[in-house]
Amino acid sequence: MAQICEIAHKVRSKNAGPFWVTVDVFCGTAQAYETLTKALQTEAVAALYHQPSQLLKRFDIPSLNVIKFSFPRPVIQGHRSDRDMHGAGWATLLAEYEI
Amino acid sequence: MPTRILIPSGVLCLGFDRAALARGVKAKPDLIAIDGGSTDSGPFSLGAGQSKYARSVTKSEWRELMLARAEAGVPLVIGSAGTSGADACVDWMYDITLELASELGQSLRIARLYSGQPVTRITEALAAGRVRPLTPAPKISAESLAQMTNIVALAGAEQIQAALNTGADIIIAGRTTDTAIIAALPLARGDHAGAAWHGAKIAECGALCSTNPTSGVIMVDFDDAGFTVEPLATGAECTPHSVSAHMLYENADPFILYEPGGYLDVTATQYQAIDSRRVRATGSKWVPGAYTVKLEGARHAGFQTTLIAVLRDAHYVANAAAWIDKLHSFLNALIAQRMGLEPASYDLDFRLIGVNAALGAMENRPGSPTEVGVLLIITAPTQAIAAEIGKLANPHLLHYPLTENEELPTFAFPYSPAQSDRGALYEFGLNHVLALDDPMSAFRLVVENV
Repeated sequence: MAQICEIAHKVRSKNAGPFWVTVDVFCGTAQAYETLTKALQTEAVAALYHQPSQLLKRFDIPSLNVIKFSFPRPVIQGHRSDRDMHGAGWATLLAEYEI
Repeated sequence: MPTRILIPSGVLCLGFDRAALARGVKAKPDLIAIDGGSTDSGPFSLGAGQSKYARSVTKSEWRELMLARAEAGVPLVIGSAGTSGADACVDWMYDITLELASELGQSLRIARLYSGQPVTRITEALAAGRVRPLTPAPKISAESLAQMTNIVALAGAEQIQAALNTGADIIIAGRTTDTAIIAALPLARGDHAGAAWHGAKIAECGALCSTNPTSGVIMVDFDDAGFTVEPLATGAECTPHSVSAHMLYENADPFILYEPGGYLDVTATQYQAIDSRRVRATGSKWVPGAYTVKLEGARHAGFQTTLIAVLRDAHYVANAAAWIDKLHSFLNALIAQRMGLEPASYDLDFRLIGVNAALGAMENRPGSPTEVGVLLIITAPTQAIAAEIGKLANPHLLHYPLTENEELPTFAFPYSPAQSDRGALYEFGLNHVLALDDPMSAFRLVVENV
Protein backbone atom coordinates (compact mmCIF):
# COMPACT_ATOMS: atom_id res chain seq x y z
CA MET A 1 0.00 0.00 0.00
CA ALA A 2 1.18 3.48 -0.85
CA GLN A 3 -0.42 6.90 -0.86
CA ILE A 4 -0.82 8.61 -4.24
CA CYS A 5 1.38 11.46 -3.05
CA GLU A 6 4.23 9.01 -2.46
CA ILE A 7 4.13 7.99 -6.13
CA ALA A 8 2.98 11.18 -7.91
CA HIS A 9 5.02 14.37 -8.14
CA LYS A 10 2.07 16.56 -7.12
CA VAL A 11 -1.70 16.50 -6.70
CA ARG A 12 -3.57 19.82 -6.90
CA SER A 13 -7.20 20.87 -7.05
CA LYS A 14 -8.97 24.11 -7.90
CA ASN A 15 -12.38 25.36 -8.91
CA ALA A 16 -13.03 25.38 -12.64
CA GLY A 17 -15.56 28.19 -12.29
CA PRO A 18 -18.05 28.34 -9.40
CA PHE A 19 -19.79 25.10 -10.37
CA TRP A 20 -16.92 22.66 -10.97
CA VAL A 21 -13.81 21.37 -9.26
CA THR A 22 -10.87 19.83 -11.08
CA VAL A 23 -8.16 17.64 -9.57
CA ASP A 24 -4.85 17.16 -11.41
CA VAL A 25 -2.50 14.29 -10.59
CA PHE A 26 0.97 15.13 -11.94
CA CYS A 27 2.59 11.70 -12.01
CA GLY A 28 6.06 13.04 -12.89
CA THR A 29 7.32 10.02 -14.81
CA ALA A 30 5.91 7.63 -17.41
CA GLN A 31 6.38 4.82 -14.93
CA ALA A 32 4.40 6.55 -12.19
CA TYR A 33 1.77 7.46 -14.78
CA GLU A 34 1.42 3.83 -15.81
CA THR A 35 1.18 2.69 -12.20
CA LEU A 36 -1.42 5.30 -11.27
CA THR A 37 -3.63 5.09 -14.37
CA LYS A 38 -4.01 1.38 -13.69
CA ALA A 39 -4.43 1.64 -9.93
CA LEU A 40 -6.85 4.59 -9.83
CA GLN A 41 -10.38 3.36 -10.40
CA THR A 42 -12.74 6.09 -11.54
CA GLU A 43 -15.52 4.75 -9.28
CA ALA A 44 -13.23 4.88 -6.24
CA VAL A 45 -12.28 8.49 -6.96
CA ALA A 46 -15.96 9.37 -7.36
CA ALA A 47 -16.70 7.72 -4.01
CA LEU A 48 -13.84 9.63 -2.38
CA TYR A 49 -15.57 12.88 -3.38
CA HIS A 50 -19.09 11.58 -2.66
CA GLN A 51 -19.91 11.95 -6.36
CA PRO A 52 -21.99 9.73 -8.63
CA SER A 53 -19.36 8.33 -11.01
CA GLN A 54 -21.33 9.28 -14.12
CA LEU A 55 -20.73 12.95 -13.26
CA LEU A 56 -16.98 12.49 -12.88
CA LYS A 57 -14.95 13.28 -16.00
CA ARG A 58 -11.58 11.59 -16.27
CA PHE A 59 -8.77 12.53 -18.62
CA ASP A 60 -5.67 10.34 -18.90
CA ILE A 61 -3.01 12.50 -20.59
CA PRO A 62 0.15 10.49 -21.36
CA SER A 63 1.93 13.42 -23.04
CA LEU A 64 1.98 15.18 -19.66
CA ASN A 65 1.92 12.11 -17.41
CA VAL A 66 -1.18 13.64 -15.88
CA ILE A 67 -4.49 12.15 -14.75
CA LYS A 68 -7.24 14.73 -14.41
CA PHE A 69 -10.62 14.42 -12.71
CA SER A 70 -13.39 17.04 -12.97
CA PHE A 71 -16.81 16.99 -11.33
CA PRO A 72 -19.58 19.39 -10.38
CA ARG A 73 -19.17 20.93 -6.95
CA PRO A 74 -21.68 19.35 -4.56
CA VAL A 75 -22.00 22.83 -3.04
CA ILE A 76 -21.78 25.86 -5.33
CA GLN A 77 -18.76 28.02 -4.58
CA GLY A 78 -19.57 30.57 -1.90
CA HIS A 79 -22.87 29.04 -0.83
CA ARG A 80 -23.27 29.40 2.94
CA SER A 81 -22.40 25.72 3.42
CA ASP A 82 -19.27 25.85 1.22
CA ARG A 83 -16.16 25.03 3.25
CA ASP A 84 -13.40 25.69 0.76
CA MET A 85 -13.96 28.72 -1.49
CA HIS A 86 -11.20 27.83 -3.96
CA GLY A 87 -11.53 24.05 -3.85
CA ALA A 88 -7.79 23.74 -3.28
CA GLY A 89 -8.07 21.52 -0.20
CA TRP A 90 -9.85 18.75 -2.08
CA ALA A 91 -6.56 17.57 -3.59
CA THR A 92 -5.43 16.18 -0.25
CA LEU A 93 -8.15 13.53 -0.29
CA LEU A 94 -6.71 12.06 -3.48
CA ALA A 95 -3.08 12.70 -2.46
CA GLU A 96 -3.63 10.65 0.71
CA TYR A 97 -5.64 7.93 -1.02
CA GLU A 98 -3.98 4.53 -0.66
CA ILE A 99 -3.56 2.14 -3.56
CA MET B 1 -0.14 40.25 -39.62
CA PRO B 2 2.06 39.08 -36.71
CA THR B 3 0.84 40.46 -33.39
CA ARG B 4 2.80 40.81 -30.17
CA ILE B 5 0.92 41.03 -26.86
CA LEU B 6 2.54 41.86 -23.53
CA ILE B 7 0.89 40.40 -20.39
CA PRO B 8 2.31 41.96 -17.20
CA SER B 9 0.78 39.38 -14.85
CA GLY B 10 -2.09 36.98 -14.32
CA VAL B 11 -4.16 39.60 -12.56
CA LEU B 12 -3.69 43.22 -11.55
CA CYS B 13 -2.59 43.32 -7.85
CA LEU B 14 -0.62 40.07 -8.00
CA GLY B 15 2.62 41.96 -8.65
CA PHE B 16 5.08 41.68 -11.53
CA ASP B 17 8.81 41.83 -12.20
CA ARG B 18 9.53 45.48 -13.11
CA ALA B 19 12.69 44.73 -15.09
CA ALA B 20 10.78 42.14 -17.10
CA LEU B 21 8.00 44.64 -17.80
CA ALA B 22 10.57 47.20 -19.00
CA ARG B 23 12.09 44.53 -21.26
CA GLY B 24 8.63 43.83 -22.63
CA VAL B 25 7.97 47.49 -23.40
CA LYS B 26 11.30 47.77 -25.25
CA ALA B 27 10.35 44.74 -27.37
CA LYS B 28 7.58 46.86 -28.96
CA PRO B 29 4.35 45.03 -28.20
CA ASP B 30 1.18 45.86 -30.15
CA LEU B 31 -0.95 45.82 -27.00
CA ILE B 32 -0.64 45.39 -23.23
CA ALA B 33 -3.36 43.23 -21.66
CA ILE B 34 -4.05 42.32 -18.05
CA ASP B 35 -6.86 40.52 -16.30
CA GLY B 36 -8.59 42.30 -13.43
CA GLY B 37 -10.36 39.40 -11.79
CA SER B 38 -12.60 36.36 -12.06
CA THR B 39 -15.06 34.42 -9.94
CA ASP B 40 -12.09 32.84 -8.11
CA SER B 41 -12.72 34.47 -4.75
CA GLY B 42 -16.42 33.76 -4.60
CA PRO B 43 -19.65 35.64 -5.18
CA PHE B 44 -19.04 38.71 -3.01
CA SER B 45 -17.43 40.99 -5.59
CA LEU B 46 -20.19 40.39 -8.11
CA GLY B 47 -22.97 40.49 -5.54
CA ALA B 48 -21.80 43.72 -3.91
CA GLY B 49 -20.22 45.33 -6.97
CA GLN B 50 -16.94 45.85 -5.10
CA SER B 51 -13.35 44.96 -5.88
CA LYS B 52 -11.74 42.44 -3.56
CA TYR B 53 -8.36 44.07 -4.07
CA ALA B 54 -6.89 46.98 -2.14
CA ARG B 55 -7.35 50.30 -3.92
CA SER B 56 -3.79 51.32 -2.98
CA VAL B 57 -2.27 48.26 -4.65
CA THR B 58 -4.53 48.55 -7.67
CA LYS B 59 -3.57 52.18 -8.12
CA SER B 60 0.18 51.68 -7.72
CA GLU B 61 0.31 48.75 -10.17
CA TRP B 62 -2.01 50.51 -12.64
CA ARG B 63 0.25 53.57 -12.48
CA GLU B 64 3.19 51.44 -13.65
CA LEU B 65 1.12 49.96 -16.46
CA MET B 66 -0.12 53.39 -17.55
CA LEU B 67 3.50 54.55 -17.71
CA ALA B 68 4.44 51.42 -19.66
CA ARG B 69 1.57 52.11 -22.08
CA ALA B 70 2.69 55.70 -22.60
CA GLU B 71 6.21 54.54 -23.39
CA ALA B 72 5.08 51.73 -25.70
CA GLY B 73 2.46 53.93 -27.38
CA VAL B 74 -0.03 51.08 -27.66
CA PRO B 75 -3.42 50.33 -26.09
CA LEU B 76 -3.63 49.06 -22.52
CA VAL B 77 -6.59 46.75 -21.83
CA ILE B 78 -7.89 45.46 -18.51
CA GLY B 79 -10.64 42.82 -18.51
CA SER B 80 -12.95 41.86 -15.65
CA ALA B 81 -12.02 45.14 -13.99
CA GLY B 82 -12.41 45.36 -10.22
CA THR B 83 -12.53 41.56 -9.74
CA SER B 84 -16.05 40.75 -10.94
CA GLY B 85 -16.36 43.22 -13.82
CA ALA B 86 -19.71 44.47 -12.51
CA ASP B 87 -20.56 47.97 -13.76
CA ALA B 88 -19.74 49.51 -10.37
CA CYS B 89 -16.30 47.85 -10.53
CA VAL B 90 -15.67 49.38 -13.98
CA ASP B 91 -16.58 52.79 -12.54
CA TRP B 92 -14.20 52.20 -9.61
CA MET B 93 -11.37 51.37 -12.01
CA TYR B 94 -12.26 54.39 -14.15
CA ASP B 95 -12.02 56.69 -11.12
CA ILE B 96 -8.56 55.33 -10.32
CA THR B 97 -7.56 55.85 -13.96
CA LEU B 98 -8.78 59.45 -13.95
CA GLU B 99 -6.82 60.17 -10.77
CA LEU B 100 -3.68 58.71 -12.29
CA ALA B 101 -4.14 60.49 -15.61
CA SER B 102 -4.23 63.74 -13.71
CA GLU B 103 -1.26 62.87 -11.47
CA LEU B 104 0.84 61.68 -14.43
CA GLY B 105 -0.24 64.52 -16.73
CA GLN B 106 -1.46 62.08 -19.38
CA SER B 107 -4.09 63.01 -21.98
CA LEU B 108 -6.00 59.86 -22.79
CA ARG B 109 -8.83 58.41 -24.79
CA ILE B 110 -10.50 55.93 -22.44
CA ALA B 111 -13.10 53.35 -23.42
CA ARG B 112 -15.27 51.66 -20.84
CA LEU B 113 -16.96 48.43 -21.86
CA TYR B 114 -19.88 47.62 -19.58
CA SER B 115 -20.95 43.96 -19.24
CA GLY B 116 -23.75 44.48 -16.70
CA GLN B 117 -27.13 43.07 -17.70
CA PRO B 118 -30.45 44.64 -16.71
CA VAL B 119 -32.66 41.96 -15.14
CA THR B 120 -35.42 42.74 -17.65
CA ARG B 121 -33.13 41.88 -20.59
CA ILE B 122 -32.35 38.46 -19.12
CA THR B 123 -35.96 37.82 -18.11
CA GLU B 124 -37.14 38.60 -21.65
CA ALA B 125 -34.38 36.47 -23.15
CA LEU B 126 -35.35 33.62 -20.83
CA ALA B 127 -38.97 33.84 -21.96
CA ALA B 128 -37.78 33.87 -25.59
CA GLY B 129 -35.68 30.73 -25.09
CA ARG B 130 -32.42 32.64 -25.54
CA VAL B 131 -31.03 31.80 -22.08
CA ARG B 132 -29.78 28.24 -21.92
CA PRO B 133 -28.45 26.24 -18.95
CA LEU B 134 -24.94 24.83 -18.73
CA THR B 135 -24.18 21.80 -16.53
CA PRO B 136 -24.92 22.03 -13.66
CA ALA B 137 -27.25 25.02 -13.65
CA PRO B 138 -29.45 26.33 -10.85
CA LYS B 139 -33.12 26.58 -11.81
CA ILE B 140 -34.00 30.13 -12.74
CA SER B 141 -37.20 32.06 -13.18
CA ALA B 142 -38.27 35.68 -13.53
CA GLU B 143 -38.58 35.76 -9.72
CA SER B 144 -35.10 34.37 -9.05
CA LEU B 145 -33.58 36.70 -11.67
CA ALA B 146 -35.23 39.65 -9.96
CA GLN B 147 -33.29 38.78 -6.77
CA MET B 148 -29.90 39.18 -8.49
CA THR B 149 -27.99 42.25 -7.38
CA ASN B 150 -25.70 42.00 -10.40
CA ILE B 151 -25.75 40.01 -13.61
CA VAL B 152 -22.84 40.22 -16.04
CA ALA B 153 -22.22 38.67 -19.42
CA LEU B 154 -18.71 37.59 -20.33
CA ALA B 155 -17.55 39.62 -23.32
CA GLY B 156 -15.53 37.92 -26.02
CA ALA B 157 -13.16 39.11 -28.72
CA GLU B 158 -15.83 41.03 -30.68
CA GLN B 159 -16.65 43.43 -27.87
CA ILE B 160 -12.96 44.09 -27.13
CA GLN B 161 -12.39 44.69 -30.85
CA ALA B 162 -15.23 47.21 -30.82
CA ALA B 163 -13.49 48.99 -27.94
CA LEU B 164 -10.14 48.89 -29.77
CA ASN B 165 -11.79 50.34 -32.88
CA THR B 166 -12.64 53.51 -30.95
CA GLY B 167 -8.92 54.30 -30.94
CA ALA B 168 -8.82 54.17 -27.14
CA ASP B 169 -5.48 54.36 -25.33
CA ILE B 170 -6.95 52.54 -22.35
CA ILE B 171 -9.83 50.08 -22.31
CA ILE B 172 -11.48 49.33 -18.99
CA ALA B 173 -13.66 46.32 -19.64
CA GLY B 174 -16.22 44.82 -17.32
CA ARG B 175 -16.55 41.05 -17.23
CA THR B 176 -14.81 39.40 -20.17
CA THR B 177 -13.54 35.89 -20.70
CA ASP B 178 -9.97 35.70 -19.40
CA THR B 179 -8.74 35.13 -22.94
CA ALA B 180 -10.72 37.72 -24.92
CA ILE B 181 -8.57 40.73 -24.03
CA ILE B 182 -5.51 38.92 -25.45
CA ALA B 183 -7.14 37.15 -28.40
CA ALA B 184 -9.07 40.17 -29.74
CA LEU B 185 -6.22 41.95 -31.55
CA PRO B 186 -4.56 38.93 -33.22
CA LEU B 187 -8.01 37.81 -34.39
CA ALA B 188 -8.77 41.29 -35.77
CA ARG B 189 -5.48 41.24 -37.67
CA GLY B 190 -6.20 37.89 -39.26
CA ASP B 191 -3.80 35.71 -37.27
CA HIS B 192 -4.61 32.03 -36.87
CA ALA B 193 -7.83 31.81 -34.85
CA GLY B 194 -6.94 28.61 -32.98
CA ALA B 195 -3.56 30.07 -32.09
CA ALA B 196 -5.11 33.37 -30.98
CA TRP B 197 -7.41 31.71 -28.45
CA HIS B 198 -4.91 29.11 -27.34
CA GLY B 199 -2.06 31.60 -26.91
CA ALA B 200 -4.45 33.82 -24.98
CA LYS B 201 -5.40 30.96 -22.67
CA ILE B 202 -1.75 30.10 -22.06
CA ALA B 203 -0.87 33.72 -21.25
CA GLU B 204 -3.95 34.80 -19.29
CA CYS B 205 -2.45 33.74 -15.97
CA GLY B 206 0.84 35.50 -16.74
CA ALA B 207 3.94 33.52 -15.89
CA LEU B 208 1.95 30.62 -14.45
CA CYS B 209 2.73 28.85 -17.75
CA SER B 210 6.47 29.17 -17.02
CA THR B 211 8.90 27.71 -14.52
CA ASN B 212 8.77 30.92 -12.44
CA PRO B 213 5.05 31.58 -11.84
CA THR B 214 5.48 34.65 -9.62
CA SER B 215 7.59 36.63 -12.12
CA GLY B 216 4.42 37.69 -13.94
CA VAL B 217 5.48 39.03 -17.28
CA ILE B 218 4.81 37.06 -20.49
CA MET B 219 5.06 37.94 -24.18
CA VAL B 220 3.09 36.13 -26.85
CA ASP B 221 3.73 36.42 -30.59
CA PHE B 222 0.82 35.40 -32.81
CA ASP B 223 1.03 34.72 -36.56
CA ASP B 224 -0.87 32.97 -39.33
CA ALA B 225 0.08 29.46 -38.17
CA GLY B 226 0.65 29.44 -34.43
CA PHE B 227 1.92 31.35 -31.42
CA THR B 228 5.18 31.63 -29.49
CA VAL B 229 5.24 32.31 -25.78
CA GLU B 230 8.17 33.69 -23.82
CA PRO B 231 8.53 34.65 -20.14
CA LEU B 232 10.41 37.91 -19.73
CA ALA B 233 11.84 37.59 -16.22
CA THR B 234 15.48 36.57 -15.94
CA GLY B 235 15.73 32.85 -15.29
CA ALA B 236 12.08 32.10 -16.09
CA GLU B 237 11.54 29.49 -18.80
CA CYS B 238 8.62 28.16 -20.79
CA THR B 239 8.92 24.50 -21.71
CA PRO B 240 6.56 22.38 -23.83
CA HIS B 241 5.50 20.76 -20.55
CA SER B 242 4.92 23.99 -18.60
CA VAL B 243 2.94 25.46 -21.51
CA SER B 244 0.81 22.43 -22.38
CA ALA B 245 0.17 21.73 -18.69
CA HIS B 246 -1.37 25.17 -18.31
CA MET B 247 -4.47 23.98 -20.20
CA LEU B 248 -5.19 21.87 -17.09
CA TYR B 249 -5.41 24.91 -14.83
CA GLU B 250 -8.92 25.81 -13.66
CA ASN B 251 -10.31 23.99 -16.72
CA ALA B 252 -12.74 21.12 -16.30
CA ASP B 253 -11.76 19.89 -19.78
CA PRO B 254 -8.05 20.32 -20.66
CA PHE B 255 -8.60 20.12 -24.44
CA ILE B 256 -11.72 22.18 -25.06
CA LEU B 257 -12.35 25.80 -24.12
CA TYR B 258 -15.70 27.45 -24.89
CA GLU B 259 -15.68 31.09 -25.89
CA PRO B 260 -18.33 33.39 -27.35
CA GLY B 261 -18.93 32.19 -30.92
CA GLY B 262 -17.27 28.79 -30.77
CA TYR B 263 -14.70 26.69 -28.99
CA LEU B 264 -11.00 26.03 -28.95
CA ASP B 265 -9.77 22.47 -29.43
CA VAL B 266 -6.14 21.76 -28.53
CA THR B 267 -6.31 17.97 -28.90
CA ALA B 268 -3.94 18.04 -31.90
CA THR B 269 -1.68 20.91 -30.80
CA GLN B 270 2.05 20.41 -31.20
CA TYR B 271 4.35 22.13 -28.69
CA GLN B 272 7.93 22.75 -29.69
CA ALA B 273 10.82 24.26 -27.70
CA ILE B 274 12.43 27.01 -29.79
CA ASP B 275 15.18 27.41 -27.22
CA SER B 276 15.47 27.00 -23.46
CA ARG B 277 12.88 29.70 -22.72
CA ARG B 278 10.48 29.96 -25.67
CA VAL B 279 7.80 27.55 -26.85
CA ARG B 280 5.92 27.52 -30.14
CA ALA B 281 2.52 25.88 -30.49
CA THR B 282 0.78 24.98 -33.75
CA GLY B 283 -2.22 22.89 -34.72
CA SER B 284 -4.75 24.41 -32.31
CA LYS B 285 -8.22 24.51 -33.81
CA TRP B 286 -10.99 27.08 -33.51
CA VAL B 287 -14.42 25.60 -34.18
CA PRO B 288 -17.03 28.31 -34.85
CA GLY B 289 -20.52 27.86 -33.43
CA ALA B 290 -23.57 29.80 -32.31
CA TYR B 291 -22.86 33.19 -30.74
CA THR B 292 -23.52 32.90 -27.01
CA VAL B 293 -22.06 34.71 -24.01
CA LYS B 294 -21.82 33.18 -20.57
CA LEU B 295 -23.81 34.79 -17.77
CA GLU B 296 -22.82 35.20 -14.15
CA GLY B 297 -25.19 36.42 -11.50
CA ALA B 298 -25.13 36.81 -7.76
CA ARG B 299 -28.04 37.29 -5.42
CA HIS B 300 -28.38 38.36 -1.87
CA ALA B 301 -28.62 35.34 0.45
CA GLY B 302 -29.03 36.84 3.90
CA PHE B 303 -26.67 38.31 6.45
CA GLN B 304 -24.09 36.63 8.62
CA THR B 305 -22.65 36.87 12.11
CA THR B 306 -19.82 34.61 13.27
CA LEU B 307 -18.32 33.56 16.59
CA ILE B 308 -15.19 31.57 17.36
CA ALA B 309 -14.49 29.68 20.58
CA VAL B 310 -11.44 27.51 21.14
CA LEU B 311 -11.76 24.28 23.13
CA ARG B 312 -8.54 23.27 24.92
CA ASP B 313 -9.88 21.02 27.70
CA ALA B 314 -9.00 17.46 26.55
CA HIS B 315 -12.46 16.11 27.43
CA TYR B 316 -14.18 18.75 25.30
CA VAL B 317 -11.67 18.39 22.48
CA ALA B 318 -12.36 14.63 22.36
CA ASN B 319 -16.13 15.20 22.41
CA ALA B 320 -16.30 18.33 20.26
CA ALA B 321 -18.68 16.83 17.68
CA ALA B 322 -21.14 15.70 20.35
CA TRP B 323 -20.81 19.06 22.10
CA ILE B 324 -21.78 21.09 19.02
CA ASP B 325 -24.72 18.76 18.27
CA LYS B 326 -26.06 19.26 21.77
CA LEU B 327 -25.38 22.98 21.73
CA HIS B 328 -27.08 23.31 18.34
CA SER B 329 -30.32 21.76 19.64
CA PHE B 330 -30.14 23.84 22.79
CA LEU B 331 -29.71 27.06 20.79
CA ASN B 332 -32.57 26.20 18.42
CA ALA B 333 -34.87 25.79 21.41
CA LEU B 334 -33.63 28.99 23.01
CA ILE B 335 -34.03 31.00 19.78
CA ALA B 336 -37.62 29.70 19.45
CA GLN B 337 -38.34 30.59 23.07
CA ARG B 338 -36.68 34.01 23.25
CA MET B 339 -36.96 35.27 19.69
CA GLY B 340 -39.94 33.31 18.40
CA LEU B 341 -38.00 32.09 15.34
CA GLU B 342 -38.35 28.66 13.77
CA PRO B 343 -35.10 26.92 12.69
CA ALA B 344 -36.16 27.19 9.02
CA SER B 345 -35.90 30.98 9.19
CA TYR B 346 -32.18 31.09 10.05
CA ASP B 347 -29.12 28.83 9.79
CA LEU B 348 -26.57 27.81 12.41
CA ASP B 349 -23.49 26.15 10.95
CA PHE B 350 -20.81 24.83 13.32
CA ARG B 351 -17.35 24.11 11.86
CA LEU B 352 -14.75 22.25 13.91
CA ILE B 353 -11.38 23.73 12.97
CA GLY B 354 -8.74 21.09 13.57
CA VAL B 355 -11.17 18.23 12.94
CA ASN B 356 -12.87 18.54 9.54
CA ALA B 357 -13.51 22.22 8.83
CA ALA B 358 -12.12 22.14 5.28
CA LEU B 359 -13.72 18.96 3.97
CA GLY B 360 -16.73 18.30 6.22
CA ALA B 361 -18.43 14.99 5.52
CA MET B 362 -15.81 14.11 2.86
CA GLU B 363 -13.03 14.11 5.47
CA ASN B 364 -11.71 10.60 6.00
CA ARG B 365 -8.87 11.47 8.36
CA PRO B 366 -10.54 13.66 11.01
CA GLY B 367 -7.96 15.20 13.29
CA SER B 368 -7.37 14.42 16.97
CA PRO B 369 -5.84 17.75 17.86
CA THR B 370 -4.69 19.40 21.08
CA GLU B 371 -7.31 22.10 20.68
CA VAL B 372 -10.34 22.63 18.46
CA GLY B 373 -11.61 25.89 17.04
CA VAL B 374 -15.40 26.07 16.97
CA LEU B 375 -16.58 28.46 14.30
CA LEU B 376 -20.28 29.27 14.44
CA ILE B 377 -21.62 30.86 11.25
CA ILE B 378 -25.10 32.36 11.65
CA THR B 379 -27.11 33.26 8.55
CA ALA B 380 -30.37 35.17 8.95
CA PRO B 381 -32.66 37.38 6.85
CA THR B 382 -31.36 40.63 8.37
CA GLN B 383 -28.10 41.68 10.01
CA ALA B 384 -30.05 42.65 13.12
CA ILE B 385 -31.45 39.12 13.51
CA ALA B 386 -28.07 37.49 12.80
CA ALA B 387 -26.42 39.78 15.37
CA GLU B 388 -29.16 39.09 17.91
CA ILE B 389 -28.72 35.33 17.48
CA GLY B 390 -24.97 35.85 17.87
CA LYS B 391 -25.48 37.63 21.18
CA LEU B 392 -27.94 34.99 22.30
CA ALA B 393 -25.43 32.23 21.46
CA ASN B 394 -22.45 34.01 23.00
CA PRO B 395 -22.74 32.93 26.70
CA HIS B 396 -23.51 29.35 25.70
CA LEU B 397 -20.61 29.06 23.29
CA LEU B 398 -18.53 30.22 26.25
CA HIS B 399 -19.98 28.03 29.02
CA TYR B 400 -22.16 25.23 27.67
CA PRO B 401 -21.51 21.97 29.59
CA LEU B 402 -21.43 18.51 28.03
CA THR B 403 -23.28 17.01 31.00
CA GLU B 404 -25.57 18.50 33.60
CA ASN B 405 -23.63 17.43 36.68
CA GLU B 406 -20.41 19.28 36.08
CA GLU B 407 -18.90 22.61 36.92
CA LEU B 408 -19.53 25.18 34.19
CA PRO B 409 -16.68 25.08 31.68
CA THR B 410 -15.27 28.26 30.16
CA PHE B 411 -13.73 28.18 26.72
CA ALA B 412 -11.32 30.57 25.01
CA PHE B 413 -12.74 33.55 23.12
CA PRO B 414 -10.04 35.23 21.04
CA TYR B 415 -11.55 38.73 21.21
CA SER B 416 -14.29 40.91 22.63
CA PRO B 417 -17.02 41.17 21.56
CA ALA B 418 -17.00 37.52 20.56
CA GLN B 419 -19.45 37.99 17.70
CA SER B 420 -18.52 39.60 14.39
CA ASP B 421 -21.09 40.86 11.93
CA ARG B 422 -20.00 39.85 8.43
CA GLY B 423 -22.58 41.82 6.50
CA ALA B 424 -24.40 40.59 3.43
CA LEU B 425 -23.94 37.12 2.01
CA TYR B 426 -24.24 36.57 -1.74
CA GLU B 427 -24.50 33.42 -3.78
CA PHE B 428 -23.99 32.59 -7.44
CA GLY B 429 -27.29 31.93 -9.16
CA LEU B 430 -26.51 31.55 -12.87
CA ASN B 431 -24.59 29.04 -14.92
CA HIS B 432 -26.18 29.86 -18.24
CA VAL B 433 -25.44 31.30 -21.66
CA LEU B 434 -27.27 34.06 -23.50
CA ALA B 435 -27.67 33.78 -27.28
CA LEU B 436 -27.00 37.04 -29.17
CA ASP B 437 -27.55 38.00 -32.81
CA ASP B 438 -25.34 41.06 -32.47
CA PRO B 439 -22.39 40.64 -30.06
CA MET B 440 -22.65 44.29 -28.96
CA SER B 441 -26.38 44.12 -28.21
CA ALA B 442 -25.75 43.12 -24.57
CA PHE B 443 -22.76 45.41 -24.00
CA ARG B 444 -22.31 49.15 -23.69
CA LEU B 445 -19.30 51.14 -24.82
CA VAL B 446 -18.56 54.62 -23.46
CA VAL B 447 -15.60 56.60 -24.77
CA GLU B 448 -14.19 59.79 -23.30
CA ASN B 449 -11.13 61.94 -23.82
CA VAL B 450 -9.56 63.09 -20.58
